[in-house]
Amino acid sequence: MTPSALSTSDLRKHYGSGSTRFEALKGVSLDIAEGESVAIVGKSGSGKSTLMHILALLDAPSGGSVMIDGTDASTLRGRRLNELRNRTFGFVFQQFFLTPNASVLENVMLPLKIARVGSRERKRRAHEALQLLELDDKARNKATDLSGGQKQRVVIARALVNNPRIIFADEPTGNLDSATGAVVEDLLFDLNRTKGITLVIVTHDEELAARADRRIYLRDGLVVDAIDVHAPASEAVGA
Amino acid sequence: MKALDILRTAIGNSFRSRLRTTLTVIAIFIGAFTLTITNGLGTGINNYIDTQVSAVGAPDVMTVTKPTETATTSDGPQKYDPDAASTISSGTGQPGATVVALTDDDITAIGAIDGITSVEPIVRVSPDYVSWGDNDKFVLSLSALGGRVAVDLAAGSGFTSDSTTAEIILPTDYIEPMGFADYDSAIGQQVTIGITDALREQHTVTATIVGVQEPTLFGTTATLNDTLTTELFDAQSTGLPASSTEEFASAVAHFDPASTDQEVSTIKKDLTAAGYSGTTVSDQIGTFQTVIDGIILVLNAFAVIALLAAGFGIVNTLLMSVQERTREIGLMKAMGMSGSRIFALFSAEAVFIGFLGSAIGSAVGIALGSVISSVLANGFLSGLVGLQLIAFTPISIISVILLVMAIALVAAVLPAAKAARQSPIDSLRYE
Ligand SMILES: Nc1ncnc2c1ncn2[C@@H]1O[C@H](COP(=O)(O)OP(=O)(O)O)[C@@H](O)[C@H]1O
Ligand SMILES: [Mg+2]
Repeated sequence: MTPSALSTSDLRKHYGSGSTRFEALKGVSLDIAEGESVAIVGKSGSGKSTLMHILALLDAPSGGSVMIDGTDASTLRGRRLNELRNRTFGFVFQQFFLTPNASVLENVMLPLKIARVGSRERKRRAHEALQLLELDDKARNKATDLSGGQKQRVVIARALVNNPRIIFADEPTGNLDSATGAVVEDLLFDLNRTKGITLVIVTHDEELAARADRRIYLRDGLVVDAIDVHAPASEAVGA
Repeated sequence: MKALDILRTAIGNSFRSRLRTTLTVIAIFIGAFTLTITNGLGTGINNYIDTQVSAVGAPDVMTVTKPTETATTSDGPQKYDPDAASTISSGTGQPGATVVALTDDDITAIGAIDGITSVEPIVRVSPDYVSWGDNDKFVLSLSALGGRVAVDLAAGSGFTSDSTTAEIILPTDYIEPMGFADYDSAIGQQVTIGITDALREQHTVTATIVGVQEPTLFGTTATLNDTLTTELFDAQSTGLPASSTEEFASAVAHFDPASTDQEVSTIKKDLTAAGYSGTTVSDQIGTFQTVIDGIILVLNAFAVIALLAAGFGIVNTLLMSVQERTREIGLMKAMGMSGSRIFALFSAEAVFIGFLGSAIGSAVGIALGSVISSVLANGFLSGLVGLQLIAFTPISIISVILLVMAIALVAAVLPAAKAARQSPIDSLRYE
């Protein structure tokens, strides 16, 4: 069996307290293997983003535990936590979070800058990532001057520039039309297959989910066997 | 992030919202500019006073007088005492101010005080004119400080020590009217000084020009050596009873030039105890400098108030900047940037804005100050040769810039801490 990259047991998360207390995760246990591609599927409000944030160590659970490479994440703090985030994870969000006015190259280099990589090496690796995404000719352009699909490709370049082991993608195609969305999907699964990067995709799109090795269905903060995301059509919108 | 990257990113960030940065920089500019000018004013005036002090110099000399005891009390007129020493116009101080005349006994008593190496009475002479050859005669006014002080010379080498020939130092503006071609050609020439005695008879004395002197704070006056003063005094006293020539308004006491301030004040205390009063040249000029320093301090306080207001401008700018970049901060944190580095990033931005404002403010202050001061030096203040009204020292410029950067750093604490505390998920939510 392949070693597990990430696993959780009885993960709970609640927001607020008293009368406004809301249980977003009610005991989620899962196991993601190294090199696997996993889709976390569920309707809007089911707790997908909450789960992803906890898996990416951006948020602390209210109960239960997250194990990363056999280490309990709650024991990681400060410098070790920051280094882990920097070296292990890459992020692709529905919104691009590109720094406006900065060049495409600058945006892609950000994780390397944070990792204190020297400026020459930084440029080399950023160009390499941009070449992979066929965007090297846009390196000097301002990030805001690109089309939606190009922006998301810049974001993917940024996510993989530091050679992460896990890429988290939260609704990566939510802002794109279906043609460009398909290109971005291909890119992500390609990285998973060719580079062995573990891929965790959060989505409410069954078609996208179907391309992953495995699907984890969430409903009201709980993992369920399967859900019919299309059931009440009116609810199957949004993120 | 490396320190250099933080600095570079911070500088880049500050240029991202140009209008806002510009406005903040202007606020800082005003404060830094004012502070530079007021500091420059202080430096300029104090520099001038310092050169004046070294011009009139005489660090080893004090003027000794015997103050009248009634000068400070006001319980009616003092009863006449025929045995009391006569009073004499001091010649210095307010018109009509009198001091008790010093006699030969007083001179001996002053000389006996510890630390005083020698003492000579100051005699007052009032010459009528000075002239060279057959040229015009000019009214001659004399320096109140007597002939023992070093002066700032434009030409010549000054008095020869222990000279037995009569020597004079003339102010620069006498030279041309008296008929000399230039300052240097006047040196070594014999001039004639006319003086009238008590019987209204005019005598002449000749003296050698040994120096040409720039005008000082004390006006354009000539300086005489002891020999010339004595010759003039003798001429002036022709026909007077001996008693009136043996009374002096004041005396000059010399002390060891190496004396510390403490030793000098001990001498002054001893003089006071003996019923005399001693003032050094720096005492007289020191009060002047204290007033100037006070005025500069008040002006500086205004400039610092302007800078504090600008500090709030920085707080505001940075708070908006943090607000605008919420997502960017969240993303950087998600990518493993530590809170302390985020703090450093925003602090660096504030310090850079502070540096920009203060550097421009100082530069414009220096440029404008230099122009104003040279315009004044050639116009309104041309009489005061050597006065650079607004002067700058590297230390004061650097301290203005550092002060502003420190204020900026303090102003950055609140917004930068806010940014550093921000949680990545709050900034990444996009529902
Ligand atoms: N910071 C928060 N405070 C209160 N409630 C929250 C917060 N974040 C998320 N929630 C709630 O938790 C539930 C799950 O949210 P989320 O994980 O974003 O769902 P999804 O990504 O599946 O749409 C939602 O009902 C949402 O309103
Ligand atoms: Mg979501």
